[in-house]
Amino acid sequence: MEFAELIKTPRVDNVVLHRPFYPAVEGTLCLTGHHLILSSRQDNTEELWLLHSNIDAIDKRFVGSLGTIIIKCKDFRIIQLDIPGMEECLNIASSIEALSTLDSITLMYPFFYRPMFEVIEDGWHSFLPEQEFELYSSATSEWRLSYVNKEFAVCPSYPPIVIVPKSVDDEALRKVATFRHGGRFPVLSYYHKKNGMVIMRSGQPLTGTNGRRCKEDEKLINATLRAGKRGYIIDTRSLNVAQQARAKGGGFEQEAHYPQWRRIHKSIERYHILQESLIKFVEACNEQTHNMDRWLSKLEASNWLTHIKEILTTACLAAQCIDREGASVLIHGTEGIDSTLQVTSLAQIILEPRSRTIRGFEALTEREWLQAGHPFQQRCAQSAYCNSKQKWEAPVFLLFLDCVWQILRQFPCSFEFNEHFLIMLFEHAYASQFGTFLGNNESERCKLKLQQKTMSLWSWVNRPNELSKFTNPLFEANNLVIWPSVAPQSLQLWEGIFLRWNRTSKYLDEAYEEMVNIIEYNKELQAKVNILRRQLAELETEDGMQESP
Amino acid sequence: MEHIRTTKVEQVKLLDRFSTSNKSLTGTLYLTATHLLFIDSHQKETWILHHHIASVEKLALTTSGCPLVIQCKNFRIVHFIVPRERDCHDIYNSLLQLSKQAKYEDLYAFSYNPKQNDSERLQGWQLIDLAEEYKRMGVPNSHWQLSDANREYKICETYPRELYVPRIASKPIIVGSSKFRSKGRFPVLSYYHQDKEAAICRCSQPLSGFSARCLEDEHLLQAVSKANPVNRYMYVMDTRPKLNAMANRAAGKGYENEDNYSNIRFQFVGIENIHVMRSSLQKLLEVSGTKGLSVNDFYSGLESSGWLRHIKAVMDAAIFLAKAIMVENASVLVHCSDGWDRTSQVCSLGSLLLDSYYRTIKGFMIHEHIHSCQFGNFLGNCQKEREELKLKEKTYSLWPFLLEDQKKYLNPLYSFKSQRFTVLEPNTVSFNFKFWRNMYHQFDRTLHPRQSVFNIIMNMNEQNKQLQKDIQDLESKIKRHKNKQTDGILTKELVHSVCPESPTLKTSLCFKEQTLLPVNDALRTIEGSSPADNRYSEYAEEFSKSEPAVVSLEYGVARMTC
Repeated sequence: MEFAELIKTPRVDNVVLHRPFYPAVEGTLCLTGHHLILSSRQDNTEELWLLHSNIDAIDKRFVGSLGTIIIKCKDFRIIQLDIPGMEECLNIASSIEALSTLDSITLMYPFFYRPMFEVIEDGWHSFLPEQEFELYSSATSEWRLSYVNKEFAVCPSYPPIVIVPKSVDDEALRKVATFRHGGRFPVLSYYHKKNGMVIMRSGQPLTGTNGRRCKEDEKLINATLRAGKRGYIIDTRSLNVAQQARAKGGGFEQEAHYPQWRRIHKSIERYHILQESLIKFVEACNEQTHNMDRWLSKLEASNWLTHIKEILTTACLAAQCIDREGASVLIHGTEGIDSTLQVTSLAQIILEPRSRTIRGFEALTEREWLQAGHPFQQRCAQSAYCNSKQKWEAPVFLLFLDCVWQILRQFPCSFEFNEHFLIMLFEHAYASQFGTFLGNNESERCKLKLQQKTMSLWSWVNRPNELSKFTNPLFEANNLVIWPSVAPQSLQLWEGIFLRWNRTSKYLDEAYEEMVNIIEYNKELQAKVNILRRQLAELETEDGMQESP
Repeated sequence: MEHIRTTKVEQVKLLDRFSTSNKSLTGTLYLTATHLLFIDSHQKETWILHHHIASVEKLALTTSGCPLVIQCKNFRIVHFIVPRERDCHDIYNSLLQLSKQAKYEDLYAFSYNPKQNDSERLQGWQLIDLAEEYKRMGVPNSHWQLSDANREYKICETYPRELYVPRIASKPIIVGSSKFRSKGRFPVLSYYHQDKEAAICRCSQPLSGFSARCLEDEHLLQAVSKANPVNRYMYVMDTRPKLNAMANRAAGKGYENEDNYSNIRFQFVGIENIHVMRSSLQKLLEVSGTKGLSVNDFYSGLESSGWLRHIKAVMDAAIFLAKAIMVENASVLVHCSDGWDRTSQVCSLGSLLLDSYYRTIKGFMIHEHIHSCQFGNFLGNCQKEREELKLKEKTYSLWPFLLEDQKKYLNPLYSFKSQRFTVLEPNTVSFNFKFWRNMYHQFDRTLHPRQSVFNIIMNMNEQNKQLQKDIQDLESKIKRHKNKQTDGILTKELVHSVCPESPTLKTSLCFKEQTLLPVNDALRTIEGSSPADNRYSEYAEEFSKSEPAVVSLEYGVARMTC
């Protein structure tokens, strides 16, 4: 298919762009296969350069022959274009609609994007499972790499290489896979070097109503326990939901068959409940005229912060089991690709200092989200302005990023990255020139040949130029486990995401700049003092030598 | 002292308010004439001034003892468990008596002795020179003058002696107006904006009833508007909800009738009265103090308390006032009922927005003094009462202590670049208002960020000053050395005539980078954080059966290893 077919009017003059907190701009609107561009042709800058894939929804209005298109983006921005001429406006609107909802992934921008920067390190090879495993192998020999899923035959949503207990062979893994939802047999998610405890994740066991069991499954997860030790299974569903799942062939681990494990049910929401929560939350944040009572009740009704609290609490609970109770943990919900990953990855943020560095967080995103089979393509297809109500759209990854931001706020010196890093990941998960977040799992990514045909996000992020924007000036590495507060008074609305387009942050930015200045000045002074001290020490030695030659 | 029966109780437990695991500190409780003191086994002291106690409650006896819950006015809530009920009862009764001292003379301020001599004490009181402050604003001038009408507190008991009024307002006009105003509080100058030549004035409600009028009062208001050479009309802001103001008419009070006053624009702004505010705060504290609070309960509680709504109302009123002056160049007269609560809030916040001087520490002290002390608050209710109490001889002023300690209160990000009349225009969209956790939970350590950016930047600022000094020192030392060396080399050259090889390389190799100031490693610390503090699960009891040995983080400050 040619994009040209979809673009009936590629160019319109005298279009007026309205953005909140900016004066209106008149310019020429251009439509390309992947971008919407508006330029007033002053100072050679484009006032608008928008990826079609970033467009979540559009509204059109007419007053006489003047048309107005309101564009609602997946990053929550809302802009307005006034387009003279009814026909032009209708053409532009229908083109945008078509181009922002392309069916075929291979028509998406990442397949056309040619980077203007030199690739220093190919991000597709930055985080290989073998390398990640090496980090553990110095500390433990109880685990091994398994290639059982090499052809994606055992579990379509798992990567070709997974980490499993050494004592369990591939044959057993195949059997366990038939007993777990989506073939997602328990695999290692995190190894706590301090005490050798682990976090594993999986899909729900397929016990069904007649309490089916699987010896290999029991053996596999027991293999991770030390002699005489008990473990915890954290089911991210309420007991009620887990019980209902049995009717559909799913279920949970029965105490009788897993006597060494204690099961804890938490209740993390999924799917449309989260999507509706996001829609309500963003709607509340976008309304400037709400009085106080209305704002607070909308905020409450959205339940967004309730979800944040529930996810964080569960992650803290998992971390507590590992670090304080010295017990290993198995985490799953239904499929093990949403709430499960929120919990396993946040627990690592709490427990593992490395995951609070830029590199470490990228590795975590790669390992616990991309490789682990979180279906980004489905979940991030639409954002807060969608009205399609598809069952598979849900802001699961955004909730995770929000939770990380909450911890970052409480431990502002413990993270190497700043808020902008998290915001950038949010943007690219929904619309990007890079191939990283395309596809729903490794199997799909392989078929799409993303490594050959697209650029990895990490190739771009990990360049010194970009890194400097994402670095937290207050960071100082520490090896502590960090326990966040989950009290409602401690959780906050993430303004950098949700109020980003709804207010000017000029004064806050100024304050931040001032803070950075103080830190930079401090470094400068320290360096200077060191140089002077050295100089003085040299002079003193010289003096000593001269006095007693 | 007659109220104190038991002065010391041992083995008292102090519970953590938000902890699930009933974590507690054991220590000794002391009761003194002025304070309740708890010293825990780590020798950490918790002092509670009796005067700060808002309520004492004795809960039902438990197996571990008798619970005693003390709520303080500074939002501290302490929960003690006293082993013996008798002791608990004694302390409870004593605190009940001690915390509601009726007489001013029994207050701690009268017995507090900070080892200042009399002249220091006097200096402290003179720190705030109001005449000086009015001079800074630019009064007296050709439009405004100091009036001696209230010198003997004859016209208004609750006003100070020195008052600024329009120059053209004669004494009979003032006296007449004061008779038409509740509690005699006639319109006086609160803040003068020099550049705009516009004034903020304050007063109480007029005794207008349904139809009464007072020519002197009308004249005084006209004098206020005439004192503004740029804009002839003035705003009269009634800070009460319209309904309240109308109800007051039935009691012979009320608000200005626009028809009777020339050139006024009358405006209600709808701030609730102190009774509504008090119960709002109570509700807020009740909600935020709930154990195991859910997000939804927190926000619905926040909403139904109305606290943020009140904050927004005061803020909107202050912005209205500031805009009237900045945009329309108009003077504004502000009142509520008596003109000492809502009026103070609006006038003081308005001038804070208008005048950057009030955003400095010294400026804010003066600001507080003008708006709270002089006209209303802290100890005693007005200047007259304070004179009768002989506060200046018997107590000490707070301000010199704050000034001495001001490092603690300085904002490291404050920029002097902002000019004197840089007006702040806060955005009052509802989502910009937040629950002030640092205030209402200031004693609940576990709810706050465990690393404080503010403290780090503040320390760094201090460190930068020290480093600058170090650099100067080092530079002058190096200079001295160099001078000495040149001298030395000269003399040596005379003797040896061969220049010795430079030892620089050798020494720099074995030079070890010195660690800098000791402040450095204390800069980034994590306040003890532990899962037990944070209510992650109802399984906590099960978890805490065998208390893990790794709880070294629990108390005090854990140094971060760098």
